[in-house]
Amino acid sequence: MDLRFTPEEIAFRDEVRAFFKASVPEVVRRKMRESRSLAKEDLVAWQRILHKRGWATPHWPVEWGGTGWSPTQQYLFMDEMQQAPAPPPLQFGVNMLGPVLIAFGNEKQKRHFLPRIANIDDWWCQGFSEPGSGSDLASLRTSARRDGDHYVVNGQKTWTTLAQYADWIFCLVRTNTQAKKQEGISFLLIDMKSKGVTVRPIVTIDGGREINEVFFDDVRVPVENLVGEENKGWDYAKFLLGNERVGIARVGVSKERIRRLKQLAALERDGDRPMIEDERFRERIAQVEVELKALEMTQLRVVAAERNRKDKRPDPASSILKIKGSEIQQAVTELALELVGPYAMPAPEEPDEFSNEPPIGPDWAGTVAPTYFNWRKTSIYGGSNEIQKNIIAKAILGL
Amino acid sequence: MDFDLSEEQQLLKDSLGRLLADRGSFEQRQKHQSEADGWSRALWARYAELGLLGLPFEERHGGLGAGPVETMVAMEAFGRALALEPYLAAVVLGGGLIRHAGSEAQKSALVPRIADGSLILAFAHGERQARYELADVATTAKKDGTGWALDGEKGVVLHGDSADKLIVSARVSGKRRDREGIGLFLVDSNASGVTRRGYPTADGLRAAEIGFSSVKLSADAALGGPGHALPAIERVVDEAIAALAAESVGVMAVMHEMTVEYLKTRKQFGTTIGSFQVLQHRAVDMLVALEQARSMAMFATMMASEEDAAERQKAMAAAKVQIGRSGKLVGQQAIQLHGGIGMTNEYKVGHYFKRMTMIDTLFGPAEHHLSRLARTDGLVEA
Ligand SMILES: Cc1cc2nc3c(=O)[nH]c(=O)nc-3n(C[C@H](O)[C@H](O)[C@H](O)COP(=O)(O)OP(=O)(O)OC[C@H]3O[C@@H](n4cnc5c(N)ncnc54)[C@H](O)[C@@H]3O)c2cc1C
Repeated sequence: MDLRFTPEEIAFRDEVRAFFKASVPEVVRRKMRESRSLAKEDLVAWQRILHKRGWATPHWPVEWGGTGWSPTQQYLFMDEMQQAPAPPPLQFGVNMLGPVLIAFGNEKQKRHFLPRIANIDDWWCQGFSEPGSGSDLASLRTSARRDGDHYVVNGQKTWTTLAQYADWIFCLVRTNTQAKKQEGISFLLIDMKSKGVTVRPIVTIDGGREINEVFFDDVRVPVENLVGEENKGWDYAKFLLGNERVGIARVGVSKERIRRLKQLAALERDGDRPMIEDERFRERIAQVEVELKALEMTQLRVVAAERNRKDKRPDPASSILKIKGSEIQQAVTELALELVGPYAMPAPEEPDEFSNEPPIGPDWAGTVAPTYFNWRKTSIYGGSNEIQKNIIAKAILGL
Repeated sequence: MDFDLSEEQQLLKDSLGRLLADRGSFEQRQKHQSEADGWSRALWARYAELGLLGLPFEERHGGLGAGPVETMVAMEAFGRALALEPYLAAVVLGGGLIRHAGSEAQKSALVPRIADGSLILAFAHGERQARYELADVATTAKKDGTGWALDGEKGVVLHGDSADKLIVSARVSGKRRDREGIGLFLVDSNASGVTRRGYPTADGLRAAEIGFSSVKLSADAALGGPGHALPAIERVVDEAIAALAAESVGVMAVMHEMTVEYLKTRKQFGTTIGSFQVLQHRAVDMLVALEQARSMAMFATMMASEEDAAERQKAMAAAKVQIGRSGKLVGQQAIQLHGGIGMTNEYKVGHYFKRMTMIDTLFGPAEHHLSRLARTDGLVEA
């Protein structure tokens, strides 16, 4: 056992760190630091910078544009990117659909879609959840009926993140209503411009515009857009959700948030001293730092174990990463809320845009309460923390 | 010992409950938010008719002569309805300052107008550098002929944008954080030299940043003897904390009810999610937190009229700790157990969560009051 990174790994980390330092557009870095939402153009521009460097899809197989990095290198890359801070490449394409197509798609699909995912020529969104099917995803009802060389899709998806920007949506649809519920599901790629697709925005409690409902009304989808085999979609979805959980600890994000919290705590004064000198406040930051360090080591253990794993199934320990990762992210937003004090209250319109009006209170105050509200989502999406615990109880503890 | 409401108090509770059920629904609330003031003048007039706006004032000044229990009943109902109106600002804070610091003449002149709804007051006290320290006042009032000249900046003044008059704390002597040397002044919101920037707060209510630049005040603008206002300010803030504790109970109770109802109706895996024991226990944890908060709100109500300032302040610190912690648990779990729908602006529960979060922030969050309490001899004698 030697937990230190090798000199080569350290050199690699320095290389990616230097790249992020030089290449993340200032506006992107600033919005990330200030917890403002990024515009579509920001995300597209940044992913293209990454892609040009060959780093938009590092974990894909080399033949499809991956880097061939070791799991440790993958980890270091992600960690540095999160700390830059910079957004990851669009996860719906790069982390979710890409690996599914690589594993289960046909040649034509791979050749057509993968390069477009890497260069974000297509914006993908994830059409899994439905109003009646969240945690119990397999109960989904959106139907796809075969009609000649098309499927005719009817139904509704919801909570669809950034569907308002999307060119395409990958959906779980029911193709067999007779079979057991997991066995009648297929994985279908749908062009958002198809006739009969309607997107309705859902405003979140922080006033944000990131989720939507997507309605399908007799939408005709060519059968060539089926991924893998009909009625095997549930297997592909499980594969995808497992991948989703791996990056979900977001250790680097929390590091960056804590760093910023401390910087702000050095500026924000309570009486004659900065908040960072308040023993109790510092203790509570330290407590989160301890949790985060432990999580980082857990994450590294999962990363290291990946090298030796025979089967491709996700490590159930990734559920631990999801639970702790979300709890830590949320704890940091609570500390920020406390730090900002009474100026957590003002909520002038359009907190997402840089405005010419002078800020109300400290210039970083405007996004603090909205971020606290918004980040409640981290324990709900990607499989709620209750569901993660069910997975651990079953898969790890055998209960 | 009697925890029951009197017949009159019960009547107040029932009639206010009916009014708010009719006129203060969630849909109405959204309409009221888009009105010019960000709240409903029509509803305010109904509060006046019900006698709510005159509750805490003495009868001889035009009030109803009610006590903290009636305020508790009203605030809990406002919490349940997620009321937008400036009751805390105008009646509890503004009115409280008139009660505790005003002269007889000021009370006789102002109370009838507060009670009939024609005068909206706001308390312009907090300053950017002060955080939650009530003695931290940099705004100055300087002798100017027979009157005063006021200069400074006040921040996050609750309902400061729709107030007719502001009660402004200002330093007449001493250093920024001295306990002595603070005065209270009644200022017309439209007086020359007053600038206001109103905005919505994160819970959908309103507040304002207010600047005072050489605002000329006559001698009788002073509330009480300028220089010794801090005890009255502390007292009124304590009353406000008791009121907020009651409001938070209303807020938490609704979140809890909604969540339990959701657990009984939402189906996943072919059954109601309330059949999962882990969620049952979570709903029980929420109930425990709510009932602890309810008890502390009652304790705070009882202690709101305590004359011994040290005892009263300990009680309020303790109440603020409890409602802050309970509120966080109940609010966060209410969102969590609703899943995605809890995250949406269209659904009520998130608005309660936001109000609860802001109630914790107001006058200092749980952690602030815990430190405060820990610096005293505590609640249990050594
Ligand atoms: C901001 C945000 C973005 C999202 N983006 C997307 C997206 O892009 N695409 C997409 O498809 N989906 C997306 N989702 C949906 C997300 O995956 C679901 O919200 C999640 O799966 C929970 O489902 P639900 O909301 O229906 O809650 P429910 O499943 O109804 O759960 C309600 C509560 O019950 C609990 N619960 C349910 N079953 C059990 C059980 N068996 N044991 C114990 N507790 C249980 C849950 O943990 C939760 O607390 C997003 C959600 C959010 C909030």
